[in-house]
Amino acid sequence: MSDISGINFEKIKHKKKMATEDIVFTILNTTFLVLFAVVTLYPILNTLAYSFNDGNDAVRGGIYLLPRKWSLRSYHEIIFERAGIRVGAKITILRTVLGTLTSLFANALLSYILSRKKFLFKSGLSLFWIITMYASGGLVPTLILFRYLHLTSSFWVYIIPGMVAAFNVMVMRTYMLGIPDSLEEAAQLEGAGYMRVFASIISPLCKPVYATIALFVAVYHWNSWFDAMLYNRFDPQYTTLQYELMKLLDSVSASTGVASGAQMGASAQNTITPITVRAAATIATMAPIVALYPFLQRYFVTGLTIGGVKE
Amino acid sequence: MENSILKSKRTKEVDINKPKLTAKEFKRQWILVVISAVYVIYGVIFYYLPLFGWIIAFQNFIYAKGIGGSKWVGLDKFKFLFKDKKFLMVIRNTFCMGALNLIFSTVMAIVFAILLNEVKNRFFKKSIQTISYLPHFLSWIIVVAIVHDALTSTGIINDLLMRFGILKQPYQYLGDPKLFWGIVVISNLWKETGWNAIIYLAAITSIDPCLYESASIDGAGRFQKMLYVTLPGLRPTIMILLLMNIGNVLNAGFELQYLLGNGLVQNVSRTIDIYVLDWAMDARNMDYSLGTAAGIFKTVVSMSFIVIANYIAKKRGDERLF
Repeated sequence: MSDISGINFEKIKHKKKMATEDIVFTILNTTFLVLFAVVTLYPILNTLAYSFNDGNDAVRGGIYLLPRKWSLRSYHEIIFERAGIRVGAKITILRTVLGTLTSLFANALLSYILSRKKFLFKSGLSLFWIITMYASGGLVPTLILFRYLHLTSSFWVYIIPGMVAAFNVMVMRTYMLGIPDSLEEAAQLEGAGYMRVFASIISPLCKPVYATIALFVAVYHWNSWFDAMLYNRFDPQYTTLQYELMKLLDSVSASTGVASGAQMGASAQNTITPITVRAAATIATMAPIVALYPFLQRYFVTGLTIGGVKE
Repeated sequence: MENSILKSKRTKEVDINKPKLTAKEFKRQWILVVISAVYVIYGVIFYYLPLFGWIIAFQNFIYAKGIGGSKWVGLDKFKFLFKDKKFLMVIRNTFCMGALNLIFSTVMAIVFAILLNEVKNRFFKKSIQTISYLPHFLSWIIVVAIVHDALTSTGIINDLLMRFGILKQPYQYLGDPKLFWGIVVISNLWKETGWNAIIYLAAITSIDPCLYESASIDGAGRFQKMLYVTLPGLRPTIMILLLMNIGNVLNAGFELQYLLGNGLVQNVSRTIDIYVLDWAMDARNMDYSLGTAAGIFKTVVSMSFIVIANYIAKKRGDERLF
């Protein structure tokens, strides 16, 4: 008897200990995760507050989640007074739309060919593209090649070179390989050729993976600045939004004295670009992504798991 | 999911459907063959020709004269590189920042995934996760703008430290070479932790629930279960991701360092990619050959990292890439 009750007693004690451990852990864990979210969101909200604040007033600092002196001046400036940003926005939208469409089509078609189990040169063509994932010529040979091809000082440098990317092809191919062969065979018996099967059988079934790849490519185009700087820096008519933002960043950091090592306060008076203008440009640049994010994020995540690989 | 890919790679596939190259089959597939040919031409131009361009590292390449007209100089460019103190410095910077980023981002992503997995409330879990990978989709320009704002004299960091009396006057963090690598690591964590955690979260859900039950019966608490069930369950995923990323250690250093760097910290901020870019863009000292040589060095070292890591993994019987 006493033996059994002793065990019960121990068990109860153990359970109690675990319960308190549980509660303490849950509290700490929740605190940590909330803090994580705050650290992630605060800088973005802070930039938002700055963007709506008066430029001269913002120099004093001390702006947190709300603007101190409301002003739409900065947005007015980036939309109406800065030609670079206007051109950049136009080019960025153009390259995002055109680049995403062409890239989606080019990647999908190649994936389709590589996922045909009976294709004669399947393994050879796969190897040809897998090699491109690992070996790259590097920045300088690519730059020279683009100069020879007259792709520099041109809009097309944004669209053509990155159109086919082996990583995206591999993700799409994995997805297509999961589609039962019987569908294709049935269509072929009905007289459908390869292209017809691609357009009418495979593509409609691939909508989820198409959406994912399209989103990744679109985000890539939207966020690009390096190609604008490397290939088109002497051609302001081909500038991109992010590159314009980068120039703003440069002018602010130069004026706040980090570059020269001067003390901040003194030079902050004669800023070339008010911090609020840069904040407004930052917000405007991230706005489309943040606005679409809640609706699209599930596609982003499936993209990671579809191919079973991570970039 | 990764496991299945690995296994299919390991056991040599024997394809019974493998088609024979006959005239009839060729005729049936002509459209696929034609389109493939277009892709091969595209691939040769945009991916293989730049590799061919490596030969200019052995020349004194002058754009106007072309590859045919430029003078061959053998290994002179490489000799110059390894005598250039700046180049040795950028190798150190690239390697150290790459390694620090790899270690911290892996650890942080695992910790975040395990802790998030412990949350019972689905709405809270979902919200935190959604917030956590938002920064992944912002450009480095925006991230750098945010880091700048946080670290200026009126920024939140100086503000908090002064409020709590830790600092008497604002500190110029971005001008201090000792802090630069830390700032790079933290910026990287801010941008990528949530994103990197996705793959670990997916791996956690595939751990057999029986293991947790039997651990509970054996009297394991929550902490012990995380340590002795979840973490070992993640081991294959961790190994494969480390393997994949080790080849990228030298690639992990361009945008952030380029945008965040300034004159005061250039000895610790400049990476191989920035060094290459300087030879390619600086109008006065342009030297395409040197830039190419430095790029070749980086690619070759990256490749050997992958091969060595893979070899070690093979020896230890862990997951491996090929």
